[in-house]
This record gives sequence, structure tokens and C-alpha cells, in this order.
Amino acid sequence: MAMGKGLLSRLREGLARTRQGLADRVRGLLTGRSAIDDDLYEELEAVLLQADVGVETTIKLVEGLRERVRRDRVRDPEAVMPLLKEEMAAILGGAPPGLNLAADKPAVIMVVGVNGTGKTTSTGKLAHRLRAEGKKVLLGAADTFRAAAAEQLAVWAERTGAEIVRHGEGADPAAVAFDAVRAARARGIDVVLLDTAGRLHTKANLMEELKKVRRVMAREIPGAPHEVLLVLDATTGQNALQQARLFTEAVSVTGIVLTKLDGTAKGGIVLAIQDELGIPVKFIGLGEGAEDLRPFEPADFLEALFS
Amino acid sequence: MLENLSGRLQGVIARLRGKGKLTEKDVEEALREVRLALLEADVNFKVVKDFVAKVKERAVGQEVLASLTPVQQVVKVVHEELTALMGGAQAKLATAPKPPTVVMLVGLQGSGKTTACAKLALHLRKQGRQPLLVAADVYRPAAVDQLQVLGRQIDLPVWSPAEAGSRDPVDIARGGVERARALVRDTVIIDTAGRLHIDETMMEELAAMKAAVHPHEVLLVVDAMTGQDAVTVAQQFQEKVGIDGVVLTKLDGDARGGAALSVRAVAGRPIKFVGVGEKTDALEPFHPDRMASRILGMGDVLTLIEKAQAQFDAEKARQMEQKLRRQEFTLEDFLDQLRQVRRMGPVGEMMKMIPGLGRFKHQIKDGEQAQKELTRAEAIINSMTPEERRRPVIIDGSRRRRIARGSGTQVQDVNKLLRDFEQMQKVFKNLGVLAKRARKGSRGFAPGGSGRFPF
Repeated sequence: MAMGKGLLSRLREGLARTRQGLADRVRGLLTGRSAIDDDLYEELEAVLLQADVGVETTIKLVEGLRERVRRDRVRDPEAVMPLLKEEMAAILGGAPPGLNLAADKPAVIMVVGVNGTGKTTSTGKLAHRLRAEGKKVLLGAADTFRAAAAEQLAVWAERTGAEIVRHGEGADPAAVAFDAVRAARARGIDVVLLDTAGRLHTKANLMEELKKVRRVMAREIPGAPHEVLLVLDATTGQNALQQARLFTEAVSVTGIVLTKLDGTAKGGIVLAIQDELGIPVKFIGLGEGAEDLRPFEPADFLEALFS
Repeated sequence: MLENLSGRLQGVIARLRGKGKLTEKDVEEALREVRLALLEADVNFKVVKDFVAKVKERAVGQEVLASLTPVQQVVKVVHEELTALMGGAQAKLATAPKPPTVVMLVGLQGSGKTTACAKLALHLRKQGRQPLLVAADVYRPAAVDQLQVLGRQIDLPVWSPAEAGSRDPVDIARGGVERARALVRDTVIIDTAGRLHIDETMMEELAAMKAAVHPHEVLLVVDAMTGQDAVTVAQQFQEKVGIDGVVLTKLDGDARGGAALSVRAVAGRPIKFVGVGEKTDALEPFHPDRMASRILGMGDVLTLIEKAQAQFDAEKARQMEQKLRRQEFTLEDFLDQLRQVRRMGPVGEMMKMIPGLGRFKHQIKDGEQAQKELTRAEAIINSMTPEERRRPVIIDGSRRRRIARGSGTQVQDVNKLLRDFEQMQKVFKNLGVLAKRARKGSRGFAPGGSGRFPF
């Protein structure tokens, strides 16, 4: 359905809610105002905080804005909007590198995150993407904990024409990972996508388990996993930072997949993550369709946000 | 990263030290910190605004300004107001006058509805009820399978779309209730598909389901990690479907759970249960005062004590308390405690519950590290002679070397343990004093009592 549409319009559509939340509100408080005063800054702060930008990044953004306004002697409130956009662009940086796929196949991508962020769905959508690029994909069902998680992944395998390696419920996820990479090598697979069980970042044992999964794959294929994608739910608040921190400590996250961005009035957490952690957001989820997982382009994101 | 409220206020007060009394301006500065703490806990911005205004009213009154311990007073007022806002007493599930009682769980994708269904069913089964689970999530692949597997685990029947002979959630739900009547089950728990609160069609489907089965409870399942949008979610579900209560999930993580406050404030419905783990028995009743402590990042002595009670041998605990009070706490006791503590769960989590320990945050940075240090500490103490354990003062350089060799650690590790032990003794001494003070007041650690705010 959305395949024909341009990326920008699709993004704009998906972010309609976010835009209403952020840009419209900023615009709302700028229009009809005669001067740039403390009151304006305070309201701007409120808008940003409500978009889950977080206390630290909000203060940074607003301070940066004040500085610019002072330096450039800006008087017109309408001029604040482009300045804010620039400040945000500075935080978001340039386009993140695409998926790092190994020169020697198979490339291994590990998908991690807390419970309920959409790991299995994102894995399925990623498979869809890679399949559309003509890659041979194998899904590893290393979520052996959640009831019927492997079934859910099997549905995706069927939909996308990917292969799947799965064990019984309660099996050792590291064993699934091992079998997945072995099978991938034997069958000439291009990309292995390993779906792991959701776990709270505070559970030491479960994080150890994840480290083991990573170790096992690294031993089988040098350089694996080539990507460790942390799936974050865009409706999550400031805890997202903590999740990113602890998962990175455990398994060296290389990129973030931000899901459910279509449903939230807040894209703000993207800013907080980039600002405080500097881990690139590689994909964003904008809807339920298989095509709705999109590479994250900061420029387009801001464009869509402020258009 | 996140400073808890007490820590923040301590910062303010350090600047104010030397001033005899707080002025209105000082209170305002303190309230700024309250505001930031709440925002960092993901409490909705508007809710924070109203809340701080309310607290200010009380705080600038005589109550605080006249007090000799104004900071404690500010925290106390904040804590009380938070508790009040989240609804004083614990709210129970409704029961139908004529069974079956129908409970419907609704919420966003990934909030934990399916798991919460199973947890709730098990919780009710333990109370002698006979629930039937209804799998009405026909959208997410394998959601029905998930509920069926969970149903088998807790030994309860599951009504599936296949049995209903329909893929229409409303039909399935209706069929489930009829089925429950036929089987004489007294409770029906309906799992619905996750949906976005802005998805009109899906919200209408819920409304239709509600109209068809007349549930006695519609519970909104909310992830404790939800950010500012929790307010919109609650509002939309309340408006379009109507909810009776909330289940707050994933509270076993380190999210402050400010969403609890937001949801409560906008929907005006009580939080009835909280999910605290992955296993099906990890569902607990909601305690507003404890949640208030958590949101503020303050120690939660009550929970700690309850956890300890569940694990500790009562007689041993009594002995320990005696020792603590008399300050005869030795390394041997420490070892004993370490072992018991390990049975209670991740150390980092627990230490957070002890008021005042927040200051040692760098040492308890994450549970994993703490867990490792625990194991190491145990090894070190195991390598000591009984005499050394009782009288650590005799542990000189050569003994330290021997202990390090024996435990496979470095002398620095042994030094560190002995230093930590000393610090621990001080903390326990404080706790002993607190316990005594609290006991004088009322029974145990009175919630909201001054015992929780050691400044």
C-alpha cells in the first residue's frame, strides 16, 4: 500500500501525530507574540518536556536557543522556529550509516530490548526489507521464553520467505543462536536476524544470558554480530536512556530501532537518545504494515516534523 | 544520572545551610527540584504543574516555614500529596452479583496485556475463583497461542477463536462469556489486541465488545516505562471505551513509573495491580504510598522489610536486630546476611530501598556489578578464620595477603571489603536508630514518618 508513496510523504503521514504534538505547538506559541521573552522560553520548555525530550536535553536546547537569539539579535518570535530546528539538527547529526553487513556472508544482526517494545515484529519487518533487496534471510528464534514467540516469528518467516531456525520453548537461546549461524553458513544465507527474548535491563542474569548469546555467535563467525539493534518503544519515557545504557554495556548496541512512533505525540526521545548517548537511531517504525519500518534520516525527520 | 528527590533537595539545602529559616523564595527553589524530579520520573508535565501548585500552597503555609526541619517537611508534604493523588486505599476488583464476572484487559501494543491476563487469572484462582481465559487478540501473530500456552501453565481453560468458530473479536468475547456460563466458571478474563489509542476503528471495536459482554471491570494495562503520552493514552481509552482500573506492568525494572500518577490523574481510576516480574505469579496489589516513594526516588523501607520477612528466618532476624542495636555486627553476621540477601533478589534493587544509601550510589551502580561484588565478598569472608570474622581489627597486612590468595582476589579487594564493612556497620547503626525511633511513634516504620527521610 505505501510502497509507491515517496518516503517523505509517508514519513510526514506517520509523524502527523508527532508533528501535531511538537511543531504545531511550537508554532502555536510563536504566532501572535510580539517579543521573545522569558515567558516564551518557559513555554517552549514545557512543549519539549511534554514531547519526552527529557529535562537535560530540553535545557540544552533552550539554552542553545537563548544563546543564538542573543548573539544574532533576533527579535521576531517567528524566527525562533528555524533556529530551534537548527539546534535539533545539531543534536541529531547527519544520516546514520546503513546496516553494517559483513563482506563475507552471513552477516549477523542481533535484535534486543525490553519486553513489549516490538522486537519480533521489527525482526519480521527487517526480514521483509532485506528480502525485498534480494537477500537470503534466516530468522533465529532465540526468544525461547515468551510463550509462542517462535510461532509469531514463524508467521513472519512464511510471510517474507525467510528461513527459520527454532528450538522448543525454554531451550537455551545461545544454542538457537549457534544453530542459526551454523545453518546460515551451510545454506549460503546472506543475513541472519536473531530475535531475542525481551528482558528488563536490570535483570543481571538475563543480561548475562544475552552476553552469552553474543559470545557464542562471535566465536562461530568472526566479527559477528555485525549489528546489535536495540528496539525501543517510542512511547517510553526517560527510562529509554537507561535501557540504552545498560544494553550497550552488556552487548555493545550499534543502533536503535525506534518503534511505534506513529502512535505517539512524542518523537522527543529520539533527541534525548542522540544527545545523551550518541547511539545512532537506524530505523523507525511508523505503522503496522511490513513496509512501515523505515531507515531513520535526521534531515527528513526534522523536515517532516516542521513542515 | 537521575538524582532522587532527597538528593536534589539536599543540594538545595546545602546552599541554604546557615539560614535559620526558609523563606518563601527558598521553598520555591526546593519546589523547582520537586518539579524536575517528577519530570524525570516521567510524570506528565501538566500533572506536575498542578501538583506543584498544590504542594506550594501547603508548603508556604506555616507547616513548613515554621518547622525546624523544613526540607523534611517539604518532602513529607510532597510524599503525602503524591500518595493522596494516587488514591489512598487499595482498590479491589469488582465482582458480579450474578456470575460470571467479566473482566476485559485493554491497552497499547506491548504493554503486557496477555501476560497480565494470565497473572490475573492465576491470582484469582488462588483466591478460589474459577476463571476462563478468552483469547480475543486475532491480530498479532501467535497471540492466541501465547495465551493458550500460559493457560496450560496455570492450568486454566482458554476460549480461542477456533472454538468460537469466528475471527471477530466481539463474537469471540460473546462466545467466551456464554461458554463460561455453560462451564459454570465464575470469572471471564478477556485478552484484547493491543491498539493505538488514536486508531478509531480499533477503539470502536473495543467499545462494541464492551457493549456486547457488559464487563464488570475494564482494566487498562499500562507499561510503567511510558513517558509523557501516558496521559493521552489514558484519556483516549477512558473516553472511547471507559475504564474501571489500571494494571501497571514492568515495575520490576528501574523506571520510576511516573506514568502511574499521570494515568490516575487524568482517568481518575485507581491502579489495581502491578506486574513485578515475568513469571505468572508476579502480580501484586498496588500500594500508593510505596509508589510515591518510588517516583520520588526515595527508599522504600516497607517493601524491603516485607521482602526480608518473606526470606528471613524470623528468629534469626530477631537476633540480628539485637546485634544491630548493640552494634555487635561481625563479619560472620555479614556473611550470613550476604547469603540471605542473595536469596532476596538483585542487590542493587534492594539497596535502593534503604533510605540514605542513595549516597553510595557509585558503589551500587548496577545490580550486576553488585551481584559480582557479593560473590567476591562471600569468597573473601570464607577465606577468613572465625577469629578474623569476629574481630576484623586483627586482620593485618600478612593476613590480608593470605585472605586474598585464599579467595582468589587481590589485597585491594580485601581492603575494600573491610572498608565497606565498616561503612555498612555505620548504616546499620543508623537503621537501628531509625527502627527504634519509628517504633516509639507507631508500629514499625510508619509510612510517611520522619524515619524515611534521613537528612
